[in-house]
Amino acid sequence: MTMTEPAASTVLGKRRLRKEDPALLTGEAKFTSDLNIPGALHLAVLRSPYAHARIRSVDVSAALQLPGVVAAYSGADLAPLWAGPMPCAWPVTADMKNPTHHPLAVSKAAYVGDGVACVLATSDAAARDALEAIEVDYEPLPAVVDLEDALSDRVVIHDELGTNRSYTWELKCEGADGQVERAFADAAYTVSEHYVHQRLIPMAMEPRAVAAVPQPFGGDITLYSSTQVPHILKVMTALTLGIPEHQMRVVAPAVGGGFGAKLNVYAEELLCTALARKHKVPVRWTEERTENTQATIHGRAQRQHIELAADADGKLTAVRVRLLADMGAYLQLVTPGIPLLGAFLYGGVYDLPVAYDFSCTSVFTTLTPTDAYRGAGRPEATYAIERAMDALADQIGIDPLELRRRNFIKKDQFPYTAMTGLVYDSGDHDAAATMAAELADYDGLRARQATQNVDGATKRLGIGVCSYFEMCGLAPSRVLASLNYSAGGWEAATVRVLPTNKIQVVTGTAPHGQGHETAWSMIVAEKMGVDPDDVDVLHSDTAIAPLGLDTYGSRSLPVGGVAIAMACDKVIDKAKKIAAHQLEANEDDLEFAGGTFSVKGTPDRSMPLAAVAFEAFTAHNLPDGLEPNLEAQVTYDPPNFSWPFGTHICVVEVDTETGDVDVLKYVAVDDCGNQVNPLIVEGQVHGGVIQGLAQALFEEAVFDEDGNPKTSTLAEYLVPAASDVPPITLGHTITPSPTNPLGVKGIGEAGTIGAAPAVINAIVDALSGLGVTDVPMPASPHTVWKTIHAAQSASSAQGVSK
Amino acid sequence: MIPAAFDYVRAGSAEEAISLIGEYGEDAKFIAGGHSLLPLMKLRLAQPTVLVDIGRISDLSYIRDAGDHIAIGAMTRHMDVETSPVLAEHAPLLAHAASHVGDPQVRHRGTIGGSIAHSDSASDLPATTLAMGATYVAQGPGGTREIAAADFFQGFLQTALAPDELLTEIRVPKMGGAGWSFQKFNRRAQDWAIVGVAAWRRNGESGVGLVNMGSTPILATSVSAALSSGASIAEAAELAAAEADPQNDLNASPEYRVHLAKVLVRRALEQASA
Ligand SMILES: Cc1cc2nc3c(=O)[nH]c(=O)nc-3n(C[C@H](O)[C@H](O)[C@H](O)COP(=O)(O)OP(=O)(O)OC[C@H]3O[C@@H](n4cnc5c(N)ncnc54)[C@H](O)[C@@H]3O)c2cc1C
Repeated sequence: MTMTEPAASTVLGKRRLRKEDPALLTGEAKFTSDLNIPGALHLAVLRSPYAHARIRSVDVSAALQLPGVVAAYSGADLAPLWAGPMPCAWPVTADMKNPTHHPLAVSKAAYVGDGVACVLATSDAAARDALEAIEVDYEPLPAVVDLEDALSDRVVIHDELGTNRSYTWELKCEGADGQVERAFADAAYTVSEHYVHQRLIPMAMEPRAVAAVPQPFGGDITLYSSTQVPHILKVMTALTLGIPEHQMRVVAPAVGGGFGAKLNVYAEELLCTALARKHKVPVRWTEERTENTQATIHGRAQRQHIELAADADGKLTAVRVRLLADMGAYLQLVTPGIPLLGAFLYGGVYDLPVAYDFSCTSVFTTLTPTDAYRGAGRPEATYAIERAMDALADQIGIDPLELRRRNFIKKDQFPYTAMTGLVYDSGDHDAAATMAAELADYDGLRARQATQNVDGATKRLGIGVCSYFEMCGLAPSRVLASLNYSAGGWEAATVRVLPTNKIQVVTGTAPHGQGHETAWSMIVAEKMGVDPDDVDVLHSDTAIAPLGLDTYGSRSLPVGGVAIAMACDKVIDKAKKIAAHQLEANEDDLEFAGGTFSVKGTPDRSMPLAAVAFEAFTAHNLPDGLEPNLEAQVTYDPPNFSWPFGTHICVVEVDTETGDVDVLKYVAVDDCGNQVNPLIVEGQVHGGVIQGLAQALFEEAVFDEDGNPKTSTLAEYLVPAASDVPPITLGHTITPSPTNPLGVKGIGEAGTIGAAPAVINAIVDALSGLGVTDVPMPASPHTVWKTIHAAQSASSAQGVSK
Repeated sequence: MIPAAFDYVRAGSAEEAISLIGEYGEDAKFIAGGHSLLPLMKLRLAQPTVLVDIGRISDLSYIRDAGDHIAIGAMTRHMDVETSPVLAEHAPLLAHAASHVGDPQVRHRGTIGGSIAHSDSASDLPATTLAMGATYVAQGPGGTREIAAADFFQGFLQTALAPDELLTEIRVPKMGGAGWSFQKFNRRAQDWAIVGVAAWRRNGESGVGLVNMGSTPILATSVSAALSSGASIAEAAELAAAEADPQNDLNASPEYRVHLAKVLVRRALEQASA
């Protein structure tokens, strides 16, 4: 596709404050739990205190006696309400094991937080108090917390499956048979590294909230939910509950963050909807923070084994990866697919022969289900290759940035067909790395490091590099089909010029903090020559925006935003016909600029879009056969993913006496192609980097051996605050995507992908003189301290002094 | 996250607060800033049936120069301790420690009296005032009494206060001319210390308090004794945990806490001696 952007854009690429913010900052924006719904009953869910237990009986009778309680149900009571099990839309292999999963467990609870009974009451407090009166007779069973233990089938969690193994998915790409084996046999250097991605809790600022409002006589039902996926939720709720889809409407009001955790279909959404229909009154539920840490999906939770083979120059010749992934207790909407999203990125940004061997085995544990969390599979993949590149550089004895440069796919190799068969549309890794190195003063830091990290130094400097590619903009529908994903990857947009030349945009994206209203207005403003404030963006209500596939996987701009630009082009085409008719000119002689059609060479013969819009509305004098009104709809299915990339550099000082890590500097150079609003890009990178840094240094969902969560409040689950993160220096290179007419790429996940490996590489670099070769995440002071001690006692045991 | 039901009464004076708590008995509790009590109530770890609010007793919020010591009203907020010019001059260690309590919201609500009465060993001000040799003033139905900090902390969240006694004043000795240091080691700025150290030195005298090194705030008397008998800072710091009995939690094992205490005491003493 060709670039249709005018050379000098007037709106695109300019920093612009978000139009969403005044309402959000003043509290005017309404979140689901702010909605005033007269007569609503409140749902509370009784959750299993055991990670694994048979449910012998549930007695709700005492709860029913309490003031305000309207109904109470066990899982068995509600079983007749489900037309189908809770959906998993990604059966990655034909033989994938998927346990039946209902909104309330019937015979067995499989994680702490699994719903086993529920109450409807006239207030939230009454409903929650009544939970304490429900008697459940549990037979506790042994928990399965460790992935190797799960694999051993010592305890089988889902009896009907006979195993804890859900699937093994393989991707072997070889230019010639046996190429991977031969590459390892012939390699001058090999590394074999094991890494663990701890479980993370996505922890959106707004926990989930649901309200289902039925029309008992009209038959329709509206589901309000704090969700990223109102469209997917509508289809899935209709299917799971047997509701005719045309009677189902889903609205996502203001949504306070999702990070992938609200890309799902949850038990409480189905419970509220089913019970609202049953009781013929609205039913609502608001998640508590502790509930959120147990009943909303977790992320990461993978164990990785990556092996690299390289020739004498350090050029990579093969990559082999074995993953063990923790599904948690059940498969939620896209749980099994998360490792696959990373499977294509274990070769990183490097020019590799077709010699790749990937396999992922996924197992059930008695823990909260995992699913998409910012980056979803791609941070894991990038972490593995970028940590392993440092291990390789260490072995060869060259600078890690130099090793990367030797292996980068070069600018002139794009479009580049990767070993996996995917085509990377564009990139310039060397430019991004060079800019990052300059911003960080890489050479100066290395010099300082040489003088600082002397024997006995207790404050050691470390520099960590991560170069990444992000596969995002999900996605070409055909590629999704080849991965057995049950839906497509298109996005829909409608652009409508109102009679007074104000513009309405209807998008299928579902923003929950990303600033789509601002960004989409800017795209339309640029295209149509209007002010961004004259554009209104309608979204997240399936009655207003019936077509869409929602917001996740950094897809909204490269798919949904592009659809809007294309719809603008369609509107302009139609408007041009009207203008030509009115100006009595040939359509081909008209040009459109600054919101006005004019005859080329005769600028005084012109007609502003406003006048065209009014003509289209009155329809008094339109060309023969042309329909009134100015409106166009586009459904865009991208031909490729979008491939943002960049290099991040982290500089730390480690206090070897305490294990404390001080991040001195963080440089992020990201290339997301053309930027619509640099201010939003910066915000996305800041947030992403901090979430990646949080994985590296702070966050972990901890469980004891019985599967009891130990990090169920924000006092234990350490989400960093502004005071805990370093200033972030941002740089951008701009390599427009040749795949779409805006030349844009996603930026929502890039920071998260780049940060964790950069931080851990920096810490290991700081400690390399002490014999440390790896530090597990999160690199808490205690962990760093223990790692230093282990390395030192190992080296003194061997009589090695480093 | 929703507390059990409770009644609420507001006291206008210390006397009224004491008589109300006597009236409602065992299950009644004072509430000052609420920043320790309410979190416990929300987790239903505390379920008082009546809260006697002492938050509006403005008579108990002051910082005064009382000659040989500084008198601080129990209802004084952490933020006022942090920013007090009187303390900056005479007891900068305490003002500085207060600046490390939680975050600004916590410091605007939480009170020094609440912090000491709650006596969480992980809190900063109990150990700091203990290190400084403070005296606490308690008022009960029978009048007032003074309790030395060294006698006050009796066990996990247990103090020498009777249930119907109100802590009214904290007296800290003037420390002009002393060297001091407050070392707080934590993972996030707003968190409680994994280990904290409050230390001062003057003319051969010293005081070292440890935060989160046992079930009560700890006075590291062995360190002070070693220093006064001529030990070096490094030698004395090795004794940092002699009086401690640290616990295990997500952030630290007991061994790591002991190690941290030694490092932090050494650093604190070096800073206090500089
Ligand atoms: C997010 C957060 C972070 C925090 N971080 C820290 C930190 O880093 N360091 C730190 O030291 N503290 C920290 N705190 C605790 C904070 O300092 C509390 O404010 C303080 O510990 C208690 O003071 P309060 O006035 O809020 O007491 P309250 O919560 O009102 O009362 C606590 C207890 O003391 C009793 N009480 C209160 N006043 C009196 C009195 N005058 N006489 C007798 N009994 C009384 C109450 O009955 C109750 O049992 C934090 C708190 C929060 C919420």
